[in-house]
Amino acid sequence: MMLKGVFNANIYYMQIMDENGKIDANLFPKDLKDSTVVEMYKKMSMARQLDAKVLSLQRQGRAVTYAPLIGQEAEQIGSAFAMRPADFFVPNFRQHAVYMARGFPLDKFFMYWRGYEEGDSIPKEVNGLPVAVPVGTQMPHAAGIAYAQKYRKSGAVTIAYVGDGGTSEGDFYESLNFAGVFKLPLVTIIENNQWAISVPRSKQSAAQTLAQKAVAAGIKGIQVDGNDVIAVYKAVSDAIRESASGPTLIEALTYRMSMHTTADDPTKYRSDDEVNAWKAKDPLLRVRKYLESKKLWSDELEAKMLDENLKAIDAAVDKAEQFKPDPKSMFENVYSFMPDVLKEEEDEAIAANFWQG
Amino acid sequence: MMMNMVSAINSAMDLCMQENKDMVLLGEDIGKDGGVFRVTEGLLAKYGEDRVIDTPLAESSIVGAAIGMALAGLHPVPELQFAGFMYLSFSQLVNHAARYRTRTRSAMSLPIIIRTPVSGGVRTLEHHSESPEAFFAHPGGIIVVEPSTPYDAKGLFISASHMNDPVMFLEPTKLYRLFKQEVPDSMYEVPIGKASVLREGEDLTIITYGTMTSIVSDVVEKKKVSAQVIDLRTINPLDEKTILDGAKKTGKVIVVHEAPTSFGVGAEVSARIAEKAMFELDAPIMRVASPSFPYPFPAYEQYYLPNANRIGAAIDKMLSV
Repeated sequence: MMLKGVFNANIYYMQIMDENGKIDANLFPKDLKDSTVVEMYKKMSMARQLDAKVLSLQRQGRAVTYAPLIGQEAEQIGSAFAMRPADFFVPNFRQHAVYMARGFPLDKFFMYWRGYEEGDSIPKEVNGLPVAVPVGTQMPHAAGIAYAQKYRKSGAVTIAYVGDGGTSEGDFYESLNFAGVFKLPLVTIIENNQWAISVPRSKQSAAQTLAQKAVAAGIKGIQVDGNDVIAVYKAVSDAIRESASGPTLIEALTYRMSMHTTADDPTKYRSDDEVNAWKAKDPLLRVRKYLESKKLWSDELEAKMLDENLKAIDAAVDKAEQFKPDPKSMFENVYSFMPDVLKEEEDEAIAANFWQG
Repeated sequence: MMMNMVSAINSAMDLCMQENKDMVLLGEDIGKDGGVFRVTEGLLAKYGEDRVIDTPLAESSIVGAAIGMALAGLHPVPELQFAGFMYLSFSQLVNHAARYRTRTRSAMSLPIIIRTPVSGGVRTLEHHSESPEAFFAHPGGIIVVEPSTPYDAKGLFISASHMNDPVMFLEPTKLYRLFKQEVPDSMYEVPIGKASVLREGEDLTIITYGTMTSIVSDVVEKKKVSAQVIDLRTINPLDEKTILDGAKKTGKVIVVHEAPTSFGVGAEVSARIAEKAMFELDAPIMRVASPSFPYPFPAYEQYYLPNANRIGAAIDKMLSV
């Protein structure tokens, strides 16, 4: 007879830049130049402006239901900057900043949120998947892409995103398990923004951290301050560097400052006190403080940047709004060939001008 | 050489894996065990564990990972051990496999062959005898094929391997080893989307597929009736022309399948005939299929499945009109 401990696990939390823009010099990544931090800040600002623009378009009836990202810029930009060009990302439906940082054309971004599939056709060089709406279902795709990267010995890595709610889905567990068994080059980022529509993080899991879900899959796991762009950058860079030895799960603690989508009202289910407490941890503010302390940023630079960003955004909106849809494209992109039965349906619709009178 | 359906599909996969280094197989017990029906036997030894992948027991990620592999340029062939277990991957199939091409306006496509044994008649435990073809034909975006002979099985698989689409490849368990047939050793294609006329006849037309084809052929043979027998082979997209030609030729149509009657493939076939050939019919269309409830436990299946007596009675009734 015997009773003994057979396994122990420990989950670390990492923060490098605090809310006042003070950095931990020991943890600060050696390869990260201040000029890159400036670029990160610009992209984070652009993400916030883009977000505000779509929200405003949605309120004017010029965009469909939208999932705002405000509050989560650090976690998305930090991870996007850690990726190398050949690495591949697998988003859910709130990775607007990742798309933008990876060079996804802004007009296509607006086209997606205006409701056109043409905005979901991702150019090859962006190396990312289209938006995945059903929560968590993108995770096995990421495992499969990582399998192909390893099979081809490409050295590239897959970076997958999932929310705190998504960690309750079976596909989340299945993909970590699959990636663990085959030691795949997969980095999974949990955007723990504390809310899955109206259900708080505490109701998703009794686990103290979501990072510890790595333990059951036999893979590496770490928790980071998701509002600290430097910590996210370091955690993802480290995971990419170590991807030959298998996958990593990174839990980024952040906050969804706005609604889940434009279809819900967060004041119904959470308190102003909670929201205000997170305002103080704003991911942009601390980077600006850091850059100002190093004389790398100023009010003038800020005003100039905001103006340039807005111009680019407005030009992209104009381009997106000029798009003329062709309903034939619905019929002609179902299979690699046109079946007779579908052709007949298309011909009938075309002859009737798609019943548009 | 003479092959049963198991060896024909095995031969098809072997040739396709030789031809295409990006084809990989994945599923439960497909490696050392060669699959529970031995369809993948010998392929692990020949192609190695990177290409013949024994996965964790999780159907959603078997299909989901296959989708990722296809997006990254591989041509995966996931095996789902039994159709009754594939519903765990339903979301991946209908939300992603069916939609990837259309949601990206063909910027991305999914070359995947999803293999699974289907249908009953072999006295197995619950959930091992399902006929799910209508579920996957319904949303569109997924090609659904169901061979009924070793020759068609090999040729359809090879055709599927040359397509840039998700193809659901349904393998009737009962037909795996029911009979052997002369099958070429080399590559050949059987066209997807094309039904086959198994027998020409004048008095009535029987449209069927899968497990029912051999029973229908036997009944027609024994009764010495002049029947046009059509094996659909591809469920989606339907070969409407062969269906309508058959219906118009004899004016009398019976649709026979193993899946439950209501909302099944027979309903779709009948509706198309009713829409386009109703005035050329001499009698109402008949459906012979399983009753409209879930597949029973094995001791009851003999009362559930359409058999020779029931098909024979339907033929008699149709010919008496």
